[in-house]
Amino acid sequence: MNQIPALVAMSNISKRFGTILANDNVNFSVGAGEIHALLGENGAGKSTLMNMLSGVYTPDGGSIYINGEEVFFSSPRDSMYKGVGMIHQHFKLVEILSALENVLLGNEKTLFLNKKKKYDEIKELSEKFSLDIDLNKKVYEMSVGEKQNLEILKVLYRGAKILVLDEPTAVLTPQETEKLFRIMLKLKEEGCAVIFISHKMNEVMNISDKTTVLLKGRSVKTLNTKETNPAELTEIMVGYPVKLEIKRETYDHKEEVFRMENLSSSTNEGVQVLKNVSFSLYSGEILSIAGIAGSGQKELCEAIAGLYKVDSGSIKFKGEEMVGKTPKEIIKKGISMSFIPEDRLGMGLVASMDIVDNILLKQYQKKTGSFIDRKPSRVKAKEIVEKLEIKTPGINHPIKNLSGGNIQKVLLGRELDSNPELLITAYPVRGLDINTCYKIYDLLNQEKKKGVAILYIGEDLDALIELSDRIMVINSGEIMGIVNASETTKEEIGLMMLGEKK
Amino acid sequence: MRITKKPEVSRKEEIKIRTLSILFALITSGLFILILSHNPFEVFAGMADGALGNTHRLKSTIIKAIPLVITSLGISVAFKMKFWNIGGEGQILMGAYLATVVYRTFPDLGRPVMLLLMIIAAMIGGGLWALIPAFFRAKWRTNETIITLMMNYIALKWITYLQYSAWKDPNAMGFAKIAPYGDNALLPKLFGIHIGWVITLILIMIMHFFMNYSKMGYEIAVLGESENTANYAGINVPKTIITAVFISGALCGITGFVQATGVSGNLSVQLTAGVGFTAIITSWLSNLKVPVILVVSFLFAALVQGASYIQIAFGIPDAASTILQSLILFFVLGSEFFIRYRISFKKNK
Repeated sequence: MNQIPALVAMSNISKRFGTILANDNVNFSVGAGEIHALLGENGAGKSTLMNMLSGVYTPDGGSIYINGEEVFFSSPRDSMYKGVGMIHQHFKLVEILSALENVLLGNEKTLFLNKKKKYDEIKELSEKFSLDIDLNKKVYEMSVGEKQNLEILKVLYRGAKILVLDEPTAVLTPQETEKLFRIMLKLKEEGCAVIFISHKMNEVMNISDKTTVLLKGRSVKTLNTKETNPAELTEIMVGYPVKLEIKRETYDHKEEVFRMENLSSSTNEGVQVLKNVSFSLYSGEILSIAGIAGSGQKELCEAIAGLYKVDSGSIKFKGEEMVGKTPKEIIKKGISMSFIPEDRLGMGLVASMDIVDNILLKQYQKKTGSFIDRKPSRVKAKEIVEKLEIKTPGINHPIKNLSGGNIQKVLLGRELDSNPELLITAYPVRGLDINTCYKIYDLLNQEKKKGVAILYIGEDLDALIELSDRIMVINSGEIMGIVNASETTKEEIGLMMLGEKK
Repeated sequence: MRITKKPEVSRKEEIKIRTLSILFALITSGLFILILSHNPFEVFAGMADGALGNTHRLKSTIIKAIPLVITSLGISVAFKMKFWNIGGEGQILMGAYLATVVYRTFPDLGRPVMLLLMIIAAMIGGGLWALIPAFFRAKWRTNETIITLMMNYIALKWITYLQYSAWKDPNAMGFAKIAPYGDNALLPKLFGIHIGWVITLILIMIMHFFMNYSKMGYEIAVLGESENTANYAGINVPKTIITAVFISGALCGITGFVQATGVSGNLSVQLTAGVGFTAIITSWLSNLKVPVILVVSFLFAALVQGASYIQIAFGIPDAASTILQSLILFFVLGSEFFIRYRISFKKNK
């Protein structure tokens, strides 16, 4: 053990939710001036552990020490006083207030504010950590990166010495990620303890000093990052060795199946969300769409599926016009769409129903008459569970009780099963652990080999480049350009995501 | 003190909590009966006796259960879709109203034709009354809770107007009532109870089948869970809302028909006896499951019947017997909270 007590130490932490042991005797400690990565598959217990450190949950067993002193948190406020600052994946900011007001919010004990004085104080703090923030800017005008900086500033102002960053890079462009890493290094210099949760192996290798791997609620190992490699970390994380590569399949009989021309759409308020979008898609091809979250990806998918109002332009599928058709007719033509929203459920799946009834959703309209027949869906459910190795107590088990990855497999399995000719899939690996991600990439490649045209919307640029044939970059509803995946770089795509045309 | 949601509740625990809640209800109401200086055991026995004790009492209980079951069926169709139809009262009245219009327009029809036409009219009356808020909801996303509730009062005032003015029976010696139906518009009896009970059982079977094995029922369930999912699956959302709500209202309309032709023998403002609201409780307690509705509604009717019996048998005042009913309901409904949530106490250090 260390001579000096670690800034934060969690020892023998256990936490149980119902029948699930989410944390089982976890040991974890971070010293001052250390960037410590926390790795683990989904459901390994990372969030549970961090939620206990930030006072959201109370541990069932074990102790938390800060500066060598045992602490007991019964609310996030308690942990804040002890210097723990958590930066959540979903920002907790008030959109209509300025950066300054967000920092001060809930923190001042006096009746009146001396904004000028506070402004200078906070400005100084932000400069010290090279956080690039205009304090008078309203939050709703900020980019994702700026909001994140603001979150960091907020916890620093409250005196945080221990910063927890929950998958901070998931929403950032490569350029923004680099900026964040510089800030993290600055925090390290200033003697903070930084806990970094991430799925992206190369980032962990890049930035962290130490890495702790969690597996099934237990802390398996803490390693010096320098002395390890991605393959070893992955193996510890998954529990067995895995291959980390996406094989790019080739398909020779390419023909155009889909063409979008000058498509424009706007919201009910009249804000244009898609501007003259044109592209074609070929059979046996994976075309990816890259872009900062909320650049029009969702609207584009929904426009194709007949769910979003189109102002002008045309969508041709095998020569036939799709604009103006109902979603039902479009599904019947062989276009399948699966969209994984941030909460995973809610688009495409019914949480309280079992796998059979969820599969029925795409089946029942095929049968004529007014009654439903669950038999074919039951057979399909069994097939899908087996083929995709879905972990479930049974096909008649409500899917809301399954883990995120398994829920996504149910959705993808159902969509693939409908034998589409055009498969639109948005964020199919959202929040999944590495192993499952690769299984899903594999499934998409199998479809591609069959000649299915695939429109893939993803977040992880590394995977996007490896998986797809072509990458289309979208920015504020406008296509910045289409590049060949084999000839592009992350940096090029990153610049296009920020609005540079090619 | 912290309230946390329980992740999953085992069947065993659920039964344990429910049993405990009934036990607590009996103990608390027992204490209340003691305050009224009666023997709680005798009074409880009296309640059971009053509800189920002999054929006559059992019949009264069944007659009270019939409108509850039918209305609960109707309400639960809408609730399944998360359409909060609390306009059962109005739909019952408008169903009975349109049935009465048929009777008054063709007073001389034979009984089978008359009853058939009346029940169809009642379904249309209740269904259309429910469609108005559904239309607003589908078109402009208005809040159906408020609109269905307000429509109750419009219906009630309309019937009041008919009863006190337009349709007031001149032969009622000055009483404000609508003329009773002729024999050709009264429900026949089977085993001593009007055949509303047969209609109820048939509806139970139809609705069970509809909710679980029909495309429409499935679409309603999907839509209730998530409108997004329904859209993605290509379900026609406005059409589903309109149809489901029509069915919901139509069932309430049937209640109006059964009560008018089977119980009161005419159209009146007292027709509903509050079932439109009571059915909300029974639907929820049944978890919107059709077969359970039958059981819960019967037990509820037995509670009401038993409570009114002890008024006579023990001379317990009406208000006190209502308190007894409420105490029992309070504990039963309260147990739902403990099934879903856990309360933990923690000392702050």
